[in-house]
Amino acid sequence: MSVDIRISHALKKYGENIIIPDLSVNINPGEFFTLLGPSGCGKTTLLRMIAGFNSIEGGDFYFGDKRINDLDPSKRNIGMVFQNYAIFPHYTVRKNVEFGLKNRHLPKEQIKESTDKFLKLMQIDNLADRLPDRLSGGQQQRVALARALCISPDVLLMDEPLSNLDAKLRVEMRTVIKNIQHDVGITCVYVTHDQEEAMAVSDRIAVMNAGVIQHIGNPKSIYQRPANVFVATFIGRTNMLKGTLSVDGGKAKLRIGEYEAEMHTIAPEYLHTQEVQVSVRPEELLLNRDADAYGIKGTVQDAVFLGLNTHYFVKLDSGEDVEIIQESSIEETLGRGARISLTINTEKVNLFLADGSRNILTGVRNDLEA
Amino acid sequence: MQKNKKFEVWTVLSIVLFLLFLLILVYPMFGILKQSLYDKEGALTFANFAKFFSKKYYTNTILNSFKVTIAVTLVSLLIGIPLSYFYSFYRLKGAKIIFVVSILCCMSAPFLGALSWIMLMGRNGIVTKFFLNVFHIRLGSIYGFKGILLVQALKYFPLVFIYMNGAFRNIDNTLIEASANMGCTGIRRFFKIILQLSMPTVLAASLMVFMRAFADFGTPMIIGEGYRTFPVEIYSQYLGENGRDYGFAAAISVIAIIITALVFFLQQWATGKFRFSINALHPVEKKPAKGIGGFLMHLYAYLLIFIGFAPNLYIVYLSFVNSDGAVFKNGYSFNNYKLAAKKLLVRSINNTLIQGFGALLIIIVFAVIVAYLVVRRSNPINHAIDTMAMLPYIMPGAVVGIALVMAFGSKPFALTGTMTIMILNLVVRRMPYTIRSATACLMQIHPSIEEAAISLGASKLKTFSRITVPMMSSGIISGAILSWVSIVTELSGSIILYNNKTITLTMSTYVQINRGNYGTACAFAAILTVVTILSLLVYIKVSGNEDDIRL
Repeated sequence: MSVDIRISHALKKYGENIIIPDLSVNINPGEFFTLLGPSGCGKTTLLRMIAGFNSIEGGDFYFGDKRINDLDPSKRNIGMVFQNYAIFPHYTVRKNVEFGLKNRHLPKEQIKESTDKFLKLMQIDNLADRLPDRLSGGQQQRVALARALCISPDVLLMDEPLSNLDAKLRVEMRTVIKNIQHDVGITCVYVTHDQEEAMAVSDRIAVMNAGVIQHIGNPKSIYQRPANVFVATFIGRTNMLKGTLSVDGGKAKLRIGEYEAEMHTIAPEYLHTQEVQVSVRPEELLLNRDADAYGIKGTVQDAVFLGLNTHYFVKLDSGEDVEIIQESSIEETLGRGARISLTINTEKVNLFLADGSRNILTGVRNDLEA
Repeated sequence: MQKNKKFEVWTVLSIVLFLLFLLILVYPMFGILKQSLYDKEGALTFANFAKFFSKKYYTNTILNSFKVTIAVTLVSLLIGIPLSYFYSFYRLKGAKIIFVVSILCCMSAPFLGALSWIMLMGRNGIVTKFFLNVFHIRLGSIYGFKGILLVQALKYFPLVFIYMNGAFRNIDNTLIEASANMGCTGIRRFFKIILQLSMPTVLAASLMVFMRAFADFGTPMIIGEGYRTFPVEIYSQYLGENGRDYGFAAAISVIAIIITALVFFLQQWATGKFRFSINALHPVEKKPAKGIGGFLMHLYAYLLIFIGFAPNLYIVYLSFVNSDGAVFKNGYSFNNYKLAAKKLLVRSINNTLIQGFGALLIIIVFAVIVAYLVVRRSNPINHAIDTMAMLPYIMPGAVVGIALVMAFGSKPFALTGTMTIMILNLVVRRMPYTIRSATACLMQIHPSIEEAAISLGASKLKTFSRITVPMMSSGIISGAILSWVSIVTELSGSIILYNNKTITLTMSTYVQINRGNYGTACAFAAILTVVTILSLLVYIKVSGNEDDIRL
């Protein structure tokens, strides 16, 4: 029952204002696929194009072998979960869930059977006769999911479904969503601006910016080998430093100020001397309390003790500010003004072309280019 | 590539409504303009306007109308705002009664107040006689400017009250606390903070009172006597003793429309100056009304609603007093009702029901469709429909009546004296208000609810009928009941259009007053009052939250 979604050369514009210039993506059958990006990047627009609520100005949209560009939204067989749940307030929970089945004119017994199944699956069977205004946000979300799933849709679309919930419920519901998607085995497109949420639920993530997909990959590859500087800075926290790559006799060396470190993971085609941008995540900077030790020199500006970790905010002698996360140690936390030196975990750090457009390491997996 | 260019049902509705509104709203208005500008031979002339502005007799009516309407607006604000302040910021005993009775005051038929005050303080009024016989004091005349001011102010202060309640409810308690924190309390805080924050609403309420008082025909006609106002003049020029002068009546109508339109735009401009948004996260918590202050507040509130409503009850009482139709006698009987029965009582009730429900049905259907077109299918045609639908807002009732006669009185329509034209008048008069409330109602409904229905396989029409309309229904029903009340008590348009066959309760009451049959009039008026009270009780039951009334 699960289908793949193929989008090629999608174009969206409002008047002369182009929102999505030229977007192509393939989503695998049964996959949990997330569109992630800052607000206004076009992710919801794309989702609504798939759903049929936004017009498509160009390109082709396929569910399996079926081209859906001109198909009425009510005929696309999609389940959709909205940001505000969009529960019908004048219907009970049960009537909400059966609404889609009734539109398909199925026999009564089948409607009841299917409704009961999904009410039970979402653990809201005890709320079946309640009106929505007496449900909590999490319960409404469950109703919305049951309603979307019980029509056996080809595709499940979710538009920031958790953004109206409080932090604790958000964590709980994302597990519910992931599990139910896995159990039903349905192809799912999920929109969010919350990267942690995206990491937690997705098989693959497409990071979008300004209507263009920057990187498609699984959560691990996106975090550890981001395709470009935008992805590196948008996903997780990172420090961007200026550095120089020098190649001498096949050996590549990264130089940041006075500090030099050997790099083993530069992709062969980029193995030449050049200016680079260096993305070092806070946990990839190693702090040495001995200010005279070999490394990048700096001064502690502030230290925040958070139990498991301690965050240091350091001004480098080059004038750049960096953040460092260290596992908290039993020693005294360093105070403001303390001199330190830093080295870099060269295995994890990422290097980009000077214009930030490309990661120059090996091991970058970006399905966008596949 | 196959393009999605299906002929949608909404496009059809759009075009149908556009043409229909052109016919029933724009065409009559142009008819009036044409009538005022062309003489019987069809030549362009400004003679009608020249006649109006050259004689003090006519221009005085504008002045009179302005004087009394501005006075009514100010007095309504002056007595309505304190009432609303006490009601919104203090826990008054019987707050619900205060609310319901003040609505009853403003929903009663437009001339009932005038009738009852004449019965109380007119030449043969009970109060007048009492003072004369017991104290030998001759009370001043109730007729003229004073009477109109008294009756209209008592009728329209509840509008201010209801509007201001909404505004005061939106004031965040932290603003009040913050001003207290900075040393601004009591009366200073009321003027510096509370009233200033409510300024847009004060203006909106002023406009509402002004428009209604300005267009009111019944009150000045009955209690105004020599004090001639604009709507009365339009009416008497149209049906006057000095022979009918359509051209001149049309000219006065055009002047009336221009004046109300100017006032309308002035208010819009003034509101724009005061636009700010507040989010009442912490609504004001009502304080207990204790001590002398509390006593005075209660006294003020109850005295006001008593003076406002007691005259209506006096009419009901009078309807059971023995009379020969014109003169009241000793003892009680159903004579008035028996006489009324001979004077088309049954036909009046039937007509009232037929016209009321007929008009209501049409208004609701139109309002829902227009609201949907404007909110969900925004395009130039639909905005034109919305604008056209608002035209009657600036047309006094008498003008609507005359415009309809001129537009549909002759062939090919020849609707004069038919039920159709009576219903048409009610539809035109009341539609703008219902459309406003339906639009506001639909704007509260997030489009994603409709999208959810469509994604679940419902057709657009099914989504509209099964999801959108039911979700709007509570707002529509409560709006409809209020519309029903104002339809039942409509006078100024119908008076020009009615005849013996299409006469309604309101019209019958008016006719009896006009003939001096006060006893019979009281019987008609009592029935009207009961209908109004019952309708409002149903409204309060249905709407549940009494504070969200939309007039």
